[in-house]
Amino acid sequence: MNIERASNLILRNVRIVDPLSGVDKITSIHIVDGSIKAIGSSLSAAKGAVVRECEGMVAAPGFFDMHVHLREPGFEHKETVETGCMSAAAGGFTGVSCMPNTNPAIDDESVVRMIRAKARDAVGGLVDVHPIAAVSLGRKGERLAPLAELAAAGAVAFTDDGDPVHDAEIMRRALEYASMFNKPIIQHAQDMPMTRGGVMNEGFCSTELGLPGMPGAAEDVVIARDITLSGYTGGQYHVAHMSTGGAVELIRMAKSRGLRVTCEVTPHHFVLTDDAVRTFDTNTKMNPPLRSADDVAAILAGLKDGTIDVIATDHAPHSYDEKQVEYQAAPFGIIGLETAIGLTMTALVHKKVITIERMVQLLSVNPRAILHLPEIRVTEGSMANLTLFHPDEQWVVDPSRFYSRSRNTPFGGSSLKGRPVGAINNGVVFFHPHSAAS
Amino acid sequence: MKLKSRHLLGLRGMPPEDIRLILDTAGSFREVLDRPIKKVPPLQGKTIANMFFENSTRTRLSFELAERRLSADVLGFQSGGSSVSKGESLKDTARNIEAMKVDMVVMRHWASGAPHYLSGVIEAAVINAGDGAHEHPTQALLDLFTIQEKFKKVEGLHICLVGDILHSRVARSNIYGLKSLGAKVSVCGPATMIPRGLEQLGVDVYHHLDDVIPSVDVLNVLRIQLERDAGRFFPSLREYHQTYGVTLRRLSRAERPVTIMHPGPINRDVELSADVADGEHSVILRQVLNGVAVRMAVLYLLATGN
Repeated sequence: MNIERASNLILRNVRIVDPLSGVDKITSIHIVDGSIKAIGSSLSAAKGAVVRECEGMVAAPGFFDMHVHLREPGFEHKETVETGCMSAAAGGFTGVSCMPNTNPAIDDESVVRMIRAKARDAVGGLVDVHPIAAVSLGRKGERLAPLAELAAAGAVAFTDDGDPVHDAEIMRRALEYASMFNKPIIQHAQDMPMTRGGVMNEGFCSTELGLPGMPGAAEDVVIARDITLSGYTGGQYHVAHMSTGGAVELIRMAKSRGLRVTCEVTPHHFVLTDDAVRTFDTNTKMNPPLRSADDVAAILAGLKDGTIDVIATDHAPHSYDEKQVEYQAAPFGIIGLETAIGLTMTALVHKKVITIERMVQLLSVNPRAILHLPEIRVTEGSMANLTLFHPDEQWVVDPSRFYSRSRNTPFGGSSLKGRPVGAINNGVVFFHPHSAAS
Repeated sequence: MKLKSRHLLGLRGMPPEDIRLILDTAGSFREVLDRPIKKVPPLQGKTIANMFFENSTRTRLSFELAERRLSADVLGFQSGGSSVSKGESLKDTARNIEAMKVDMVVMRHWASGAPHYLSGVIEAAVINAGDGAHEHPTQALLDLFTIQEKFKKVEGLHICLVGDILHSRVARSNIYGLKSLGAKVSVCGPATMIPRGLEQLGVDVYHHLDDVIPSVDVLNVLRIQLERDAGRFFPSLREYHQTYGVTLRRLSRAERPVTIMHPGPINRDVELSADVADGEHSVILRQVLNGVAVRMAVLYLLATGN
């Protein structure tokens, strides 16, 4: 992966979209030694500066994917911290949070420290990796993990993702305990008995295909319970990869009551429906599953009205062979880092569901706020932490050119409008070689 | 005459003329089965692999007999006795068998969609002998053949499928085939075993047998899986028999004789009382005989059409 030092770089004629500073204008940015030295349309070519013509491109505060499976330790044949960071940078992300369903699980501070150390060495340190640790020891849902130690080592939130925190008592105590150091509990909302054996959304498609279903209600009942617990404890609660219309309604209600409740959705849940499963392509199998057209409509409404806070990818790498099996035998999950900007632009911004400014909130501002990470601004004197993308570049997804170690995406061959061009962070810059704009 | 598809994966979306072609062809082979010498030569030199990843007796024997009656060379396995139990993938198993120059693969699999997947990774023609709860096209075709044999038509008849529709590939393939040929189709079973949105397939849903019996021509009674998640879908076999068991007393409410079908194997006195199973309106053994002829027709059409 070709990275350079951002020692003396001018991004010329770029559109800055910085919602926190209330800025949306076309100008030029001069970056020196990783910091923004000057912003202005009349920047004279500074001595020795590399000038990049960025006409038509957007520079936003660095995008942050708060739901990524880096698979290390334990599943390095699927992804590693290094390849995951490469994939993130190629997708335009300058930061990610990684999930604890590794082997061993991230339920011990040593694992948090190991992942952070590896991330500092990957891609020149361009991608900030903030691990999310397990709620319970071994993610078994029985005893709390050492949350205070994990937080001290750098864990920014807690989840048993991959599995739900199923026991209401454990969830209640986790919310209480984590609130002492102001960390959210993130829930993979799935009622396990209701989804036993399930591999796709329960509905007309599962009926026709004869595949065991996972009803949307199995997601909603857990969220409804957890909202009650969040209200009771005052703990901060975040719903991962929300996929149903019922859940959107529950979050809307919780927010209207002023509870500390937020949620994320993935691009595949607002782009595809369970109709895609008819091919029996195992890259349409993920958990939560692709839902009905009504669910997708409700998610689009939630993105539009602000009920939904974050777009996160649930980047879940699996090797080729693992997915080359019968649908029911395949593992859940698809990768998403390198298609997130393209899908969001194509399905949301170009279709006028949301504006580019709102997209920046969903992909940068809000995930950082939920995880209590420092704000990123595109202003003079700030460290340069930027995502560069071209809103109008047309491209066809070619998984063989991904930087991720895995290729499991249902979007191979899809034609998208909007493409990541580069990422700048921690004094390092990466320009995507496949983008025509770079 | 040729079929539109080079595989038989399911009846969903199959054109009615293809279904009729299979039934007509099966009619010719049905006559062969009544001859003293029940063997004909059209598949001489063809090799067919029967890959059964799920236990089956009658479907496997029926296919094997059909293949031998057509003079094909036959090999096969039922999982447990092959490399499958050693953890080899379906793709590798199938490709290894294909490497021995096999022309067709007949596959039974516990996973819905497995034959669709297989048809994408091997060159040989694939015949679905039942996949998960998805489709069992040859069973539905032999059911159609048996109905047509008895009534001389399918169009306009009312056929009700009784029992566990949720887990039944037989029900799904029957619904597609019967609707395609113009029959009226309904299902009757406990609410826990009627899958979501089934009515979108154009079938009427009943929960009480007595409501549907007066208007049906055929009851196709499905096998209830005794081991099926005991207590999750229905409380007990006793209660199931009381509610959905097809008995002579229940059938006496019909105005005309009701033809009884069952894909087998029967749980006697659970879904079907013994006197009904063996009664004068039962065509259950005709189904078994016709199954051989229908499978001969499918094998013949796919082998000679490609």
